[in-house]
Amino acid sequence: MTSQYLNSEFAANLVALRTIVHREIRRFVRIWPQTLLPPAITMVLYFVIFGNLIGRQIGDMGGFSYMEYIVPGLIMMSVITNSYGNVVSSFFGSKFQRNVEELLVSPVSPHTILIGFVVGGVLRGLAVGFIVTLLSLFFTHLQVHHLGVTVLVVLLTATIFSLGGFVNAVYARNFDDISIIPTFVLTPLTYLGGVFYSITLLPPFWQTVSLGNPILHMVNAFRYGILGVSDIRIGVAIGFMLLATAALYTLCIRLLISGRGMRQ
Amino acid sequence: MSSALTIRQLTKTYGNGFQALHGIDLDVAEGDFFALLGPNGAGKSTTIGVLSTLVNKSSGTVSVFGHDLDREPYALKRCLGVVPQEFNFNQFEKVFDIVVTQAGYYGIPRSVAKERAEQYLTQLGLWDKRDVASRELSGGMKRRLMIARALVHQPRLLILDEPTAGVDIELRRSMWSFLTELNKQGTTIILTTHYLEEAEQLCRNIGIIDHGRIVELSSMKDLLKKLHVETFLFDLKDSYSSVPLLQGYPARLVDHHTLEVQVEKSQGLNALFQQLAQQQVEVLSLRNKSNRLEELFVSLVEKNLAKVAQ
Repeated sequence: MTSQYLNSEFAANLVALRTIVHREIRRFVRIWPQTLLPPAITMVLYFVIFGNLIGRQIGDMGGFSYMEYIVPGLIMMSVITNSYGNVVSSFFGSKFQRNVEELLVSPVSPHTILIGFVVGGVLRGLAVGFIVTLLSLFFTHLQVHHLGVTVLVVLLTATIFSLGGFVNAVYARNFDDISIIPTFVLTPLTYLGGVFYSITLLPPFWQTVSLGNPILHMVNAFRYGILGVSDIRIGVAIGFMLLATAALYTLCIRLLISGRGMRQ
Repeated sequence: MSSALTIRQLTKTYGNGFQALHGIDLDVAEGDFFALLGPNGAGKSTTIGVLSTLVNKSSGTVSVFGHDLDREPYALKRCLGVVPQEFNFNQFEKVFDIVVTQAGYYGIPRSVAKERAEQYLTQLGLWDKRDVASRELSGGMKRRLMIARALVHQPRLLILDEPTAGVDIELRRSMWSFLTELNKQGTTIILTTHYLEEAEQLCRNIGIIDHGRIVELSSMKDLLKKLHVETFLFDLKDSYSSVPLLQGYPARLVDHHTLEVQVEKSQGLNALFQQLAQQQVEVLSLRNKSNRLEELFVSLVEKNLAKVAQ
């Protein structure tokens, strides 16, 4: 293969990537009352009820007011659910309407397809995370303790859950299948992932059990980036996230190449 | 003339054990307008599925303009435009966006994609609908949208899987002239259709597939020559209750005013008209009972069915 051929293939895939990302952004912006508004309303309710009303009774946690303590967790919760939800609904929707065939018959590489959907998921996760952060400023004061860690953790988390959403979408055969994982896996793990409390409040046995929850590591790493406090070791959390990203990416590419659920 | 499509010993066995293709060989020359016909479930859509990479083949080779499906899938895909049987675009996207997005998947810059989208949507009479969500289009418009989408990267080989299904006659004829013009400009076209009149009108060469095997592969002209007997319907001025005596022509009355007569190619119609005139049977008009290609198609498929049954 000549370098000229490879360059033209690369350039064509860049255009294709831009097209997929553009289409994904258009999709979640077009249906903003379903994608951007609900998490904003939900998070405002969390801030009011948990942060303000109940938080006043709880007092400080980790050296911060309860409202300050839960804000990073709530931002992460919205990033996780929205990056996952965007990819799972968009890719499954493409399968369901069969317009995924537009991509499969075209000369787009599986990497480009996957990166396109993942970037779409990450952008929606970040957009919602940004909206929630802005809303939180009405309730508390925020300052970033470590910008690098904050950005890295939020990007890795959004990427991991976008990839997870992609796996779910590939295996899903109907609309019920795309709500099973968020309802029965993601929501419990998020609520038990240290969003609302520090695991130091738990008995030792449950502290150890909690360490097996990947979301705990993500939430705490992000909380470290914002507040500078964490229940876990940041290096371990970031290492785990990098490994999870690599493993999920490999799985997704294999699924795309095999055409599972897409090709006969 | 070089080959646009070469298929050798193509087989496909689905996961449930059903063998849809039994070692198909097919050649389509560059610039051809080729009809791939067959009854439902014959293997047409599976063949097209393999070409468009939506169906994984079990064995055999496929190449498009010399690009092998296994070795150069991306180069092959660049040469290929596919109009599938079922609507497979995003129902919520606007017409213009669907075409421009498809161009992007082929690496076509957005500015060029927009120009081409305008060109093909205008040619196919959809430019006025460019800002309409695709789900709001009529069936015929959706078909034309799929053609515009398949053409936006200007493929050298266009595959149309029943493009005029459910389209009214007027629109079908305008699509025929569009496709004929496209073919004249150099695009090789493979068409599958259940309207045999359409295949006869448009295509130069024909392949008939049945039970996953090619049972006929020839030019349209040569194939039609094989039709030895044609059936005509005569509209009669007077009412008849019994069949007029016609020597050498098997005939029957369809109703009191319609006579059905089988005529062998060697016999011609003059002698038949003489006999009718002698018996003072006045004919108002005559027509073929069915399309000529349809008669051949049915006889070939029936022959193959008997062979398969043996």
